[in-house]
Amino acid sequence: MNILVCIKQVPGTSDVEVDEKTGVLKREGIDSKINPYDLYALETALKIREEKGGKITVLSMGPPQAAQVIRESYMMGADEGALLTDRKFAGADVLATAYTLSQGIRKLGKFDLIICGKMTTDGDTAQVGPEIAEYLDVPHVSNVRKILSITDKLITVEMDMPETVEIQEVLFPCLITVEKGIYTPRLPSFKLKLKTLNKDVPYITFKDLKDQDVYHYGLNGSPTQVLKVFPPPKNQVSEIWNDKGVVLGKRLADKLKELKFIRE
Amino acid sequence: MTAYKKITHKDIEFLKKICGSDRVIYGSDIHEDFSHDELAGIRRYPDVVVEVKSRDEVSAIMKYAWENNIPVTPRGQGTGLVGAAVPVKGGILLSLVRMNSILELDEDNLTLTVEPGVLLMEISKYVEAHDLFYPPDPGEKSATIGGNINTNAGGMRAVKYGVTRDFIRGLEVVLPNGNVVQMGGKIVKDSSGYSLKDLIIGSEGTLGIVTKAILRLLPLPKVAISLLVPFPTLEMAIETVPKIIKSKNIPTAIEYMERRVILNAEDYLGKKFPDATSDAYILLTFDGNTREDVEKKYENVAHICLDAGAIDVFISDTQERQESIWSARGAFLEAIKSSTTEMDECDVVVPRKNVATFIRFTREIEKDLDIRIASFGHAGDGNLHVYLLKDEMDDETYKRKLKAAFDRLYAKGEELGGHVSGEHGIGYAKREYLKATAGDDYMQLLRNIKNAFDPKNILNPDKICCD
Repeated sequence: MNILVCIKQVPGTSDVEVDEKTGVLKREGIDSKINPYDLYALETALKIREEKGGKITVLSMGPPQAAQVIRESYMMGADEGALLTDRKFAGADVLATAYTLSQGIRKLGKFDLIICGKMTTDGDTAQVGPEIAEYLDVPHVSNVRKILSITDKLITVEMDMPETVEIQEVLFPCLITVEKGIYTPRLPSFKLKLKTLNKDVPYITFKDLKDQDVYHYGLNGSPTQVLKVFPPPKNQVSEIWNDKGVVLGKRLADKLKELKFIRE
Repeated sequence: MTAYKKITHKDIEFLKKICGSDRVIYGSDIHEDFSHDELAGIRRYPDVVVEVKSRDEVSAIMKYAWENNIPVTPRGQGTGLVGAAVPVKGGILLSLVRMNSILELDEDNLTLTVEPGVLLMEISKYVEAHDLFYPPDPGEKSATIGGNINTNAGGMRAVKYGVTRDFIRGLEVVLPNGNVVQMGGKIVKDSSGYSLKDLIIGSEGTLGIVTKAILRLLPLPKVAISLLVPFPTLEMAIETVPKIIKSKNIPTAIEYMERRVILNAEDYLGKKFPDATSDAYILLTFDGNTREDVEKKYENVAHICLDAGAIDVFISDTQERQESIWSARGAFLEAIKSSTTEMDECDVVVPRKNVATFIRFTREIEKDLDIRIASFGHAGDGNLHVYLLKDEMDDETYKRKLKAAFDRLYAKGEELGGHVSGEHGIGYAKREYLKATAGDDYMQLLRNIKNAFDPKNILNPDKICCD
């Protein structure tokens, strides 16, 4: 099984600041990390490799310092990695990002399974995964919360939709995006860190890609016009119920069912 | 000694006059929670529970109790493990949880002034928002600071930072006769006579009632990274700890854990631990101000661990990773509890060098007495939490085995240069073992101190010392 995992470097904290003049995220001095959802994607790949064998390649896109997330993937057990990096890729919206990643994937070869995290914690769009699949013309399933089985030809997964849980069988090659909690991500290994200290993180730049039209990449290739970037207000939704006894009990049970903690 | 006065209608009326009727609970309205703590087998209802809101209320109630010879037991969140907050003589249970205001953050003196009912988790959240740090870090975050002061709680960062006592600058204390005394203050040094503040710390509510505390704060270290280190056996894991300490790379925490306890925690939380494939682990944390600084510290120790036979060294360097480890670590006690029918604990502390010997000894007892023993704890400071589990034993067998196991464990602790309790206290449950190991002169001094503060023996009687 040849597996590709897409990962992104995001700020290490949700307490980010935006430069008021430029509207750009202040990244200086801020610790960065692998997008937490992508750790679930990588762990899913590692679990599949444990069972079925194969090879895991990790792909990211970003400035040269994003090579750090590829190194960290090596420390978690990824076999190979590559970083799409070029000034021409800068300023990409979701569509241009997905397109660039799909070009990078084509450059890296053929994969049976592509795994992405459901979304990033800095962009929150959950669109890049499915869009990569469209550009590569392979089927995709998003919001995967469980892998049920894998055969030579297809993978069977549970998909967590807002109101229902759907079971999908998908033929390889395909792309899935995985939910938080599908597996507990393993921690980076110090032994692997020592072992992969000198392992290369190859760059893929604009000139390596098949499509050489600069208007398909970066800001040029992005139909999204960003007017303003600002940190969202802190999410602290809470509800207080003043019901009593049976009424409160029923309401609580209904809520737990709605959240899928319990079943009828 | 004259007998304590029984609580009457007149006493209830007095308490209501002080606190208002909704904060005075008596008779069958007293919730079952007030009759016990988290673990100690002892149960006894108070005659009346009073939820005080101010120092003046505490003082007025103590004055009344003093004059009328009524026993009073102070209580925080009731998360103790040795019965210190159980009113074994009945009388008044003084609940301090409503005195829960954070009074002042003094950034010039780096102190935080709090009332005793403020919870540990509220303190860390509050000070960390100001880039400050209150290092004591016991597992039970819903405990009150008053309770922490009264047991001299230690927690996981003791290796580097010390225990509660090291972070208390001053106390306001209501004495058993109702008088109020200030001890210490916002001062760094203090050689002004006996340190009464330090006597109150760890006194388990037997000498006075803490109504205000001035905590010492430190600047918040900006980076904390943990290492989870799997070993083939618990012995190998624990034998590595002195090597780490000797290397002078002092971590903030060195915890040990066994696979079976991790599995308990996974079941209890319904969440998987990042790795549970090895029999034993040590968990280390390093803090500092830059990532590079912390990485340099942990790399030395990572090599020491690998040289000592560790299977690998896993790195936890983000909030999510820390959460996945420490949430499980924080749930160990509850997880072990939910894996059995009943349990009791031994919170012995031994010199760090002897931790491995003591743990090996618990294995022997487990075999000799055929009783399941779970343990985890602070390998870095020598404080072990050893749990004896009842499982399917009948009451009598359990009692007999418990007694035999405790006798041997505490005797071994003493032989290795240790003490009965590292951080949970003596309370009611461990008095016999303190008496058996501390010696007559030492016990007499303890009794004399109690007598100096509370000659009528009305404040939390029958705790720490027994006749």
